[in-house]
Amino acid sequence: MSENNQREAVALTNTKSRLKGAQTGHSLLAKKRDALMIRFRAILKKVEEAKRKMGKVMQVAAFSLAEVNYVAGDISYQVQESAKRPQLKVKAKQENVSGVTLPGFEMERENSNEFSLTGLGRGGQKVHKCKETYAKAIETLVELASLQTAFMILDDVIRITNRRVNAIEHVVLPKLENTIKYINSELDEMDREEFFRLKKIQSKKKKGGDTDNDTSEQAEYTQDQAGGADILDQGKDDDVIF
Amino acid sequence: MSAANKRTLIAAIGDEDTVTGLLLAGIGQVDDRGKNFYVHDPKAQVSVLEETFKAYTQERDDIAIVLINQHIAELIRPQIERYTEAFPALLEIPSKEHPYDPEKDTILKRVQKLVGE
Repeated sequence: MSENNQREAVALTNTKSRLKGAQTGHSLLAKKRDALMIRFRAILKKVEEAKRKMGKVMQVAAFSLAEVNYVAGDISYQVQESAKRPQLKVKAKQENVSGVTLPGFEMERENSNEFSLTGLGRGGQKVHKCKETYAKAIETLVELASLQTAFMILDDVIRITNRRVNAIEHVVLPKLENTIKYINSELDEMDREEFFRLKKIQSKKKKGGDTDNDTSEQAEYTQDQAGGADILDQGKDDDVIF
Repeated sequence: MSAANKRTLIAAIGDEDTVTGLLLAGIGQVDDRGKNFYVHDPKAQVSVLEETFKAYTQERDDIAIVLINQHIAELIRPQIERYTEAFPALLEIPSKEHPYDPEKDTILKRVQKLVGE
C-alpha cells in the first residue's frame, strides 16, 4: 500500500514539474510571438510604402528609356544580345529576430560597363542616364524583395508559433492539470482508506484481548532491545589467570 | 541558410521595354544554362511563359529575385498565387503601359488580408 502511495507521489511531482515547464514554455513562446508580431507590423508598413515607391521609380525609369528610344533609336535588340555577364548581383544577408533568421538581399554592383558600344552613334549620354536610373530602380526593387521575403518567412513562423502557443494553452496545460487533479484525488482517497483501516484495527484491538496483545508486543520490544545490545556491550570478561 | 547564399541573380520576365531597361542596368546573364531574362511577346503562347516562370522559380538555383511585369503576371495568375516559396522572391513590377495596381498584387492581397483581420 505504502509503495503504491510513494509511486503516486513521485508521479505527482513529475507531473507538477512538467506543468511548470509547460507554463514557462507557454510564456516564452507568447513573448516570442509578440516580438515577431512587432517586427511583422513594421515590415508590413514598410512593404506597403516600398510598393508605392516602386510604382513611382519604375515610371521614371520607363520615361528615361523612352527618351533613349527617341534619341538613340530602338536599342532593345542590341542590349538583349550583348548581355552576357551580370554586373548587378545580389548578396544574401541575414538578420536574427528572436531565433528566426530573416534573409535579406543587398545589391552589389560592378563598375565595368558591358554596353559601352550601345548608343555610341548617338544618344550615349541618355543611355548612360537611363542605365543609372534603372540601377536605382533595381535597388528599390531589391529592397522590396528582401522585405517581401522577410514578410513571407515571418508570416510562416508566426503561424507556427501561434499554433504552439494555442496547443500548450488548450491541450497540454489542461491535460497536465487534469492529471494532477486525478492523482491528488486518488491520494486523498488512499489517505482516507488508510485512516479507516487504522481505525478499524484500533477498534478491533480494543474489542479483543488488548492486554494480551500489549504484553506480547512489549515482550517483543524488550527482546529486540536485548538482541540489539549484545556482543560488544556484554561487560568485562573475567581475567584469565594461568 | 547556405541555399540563399548561392542565389545572386535577378531574373526578369516582362515586355520588351521593361526587360531592356533592366538589362541596361546590368542584370543579364547568358550562359549554357540559358538566359535569366525572358521577353514575353503578347502574341506568344502562354505555355512558354508558364514554363519560363517554372524554370526560374523551381529549376534554377542561382536566382534570388524574379521580377515579373504585372500585366504578364495576370496571364499566369493562378500559378503565381500557388507560388509561396521564400526563395526566389517573386516581385510584380509595373510596366510602361500598365501602371501599378496594388489590388492585383498577390503579396499585397495577403498584406491587406492580414491587416484587415
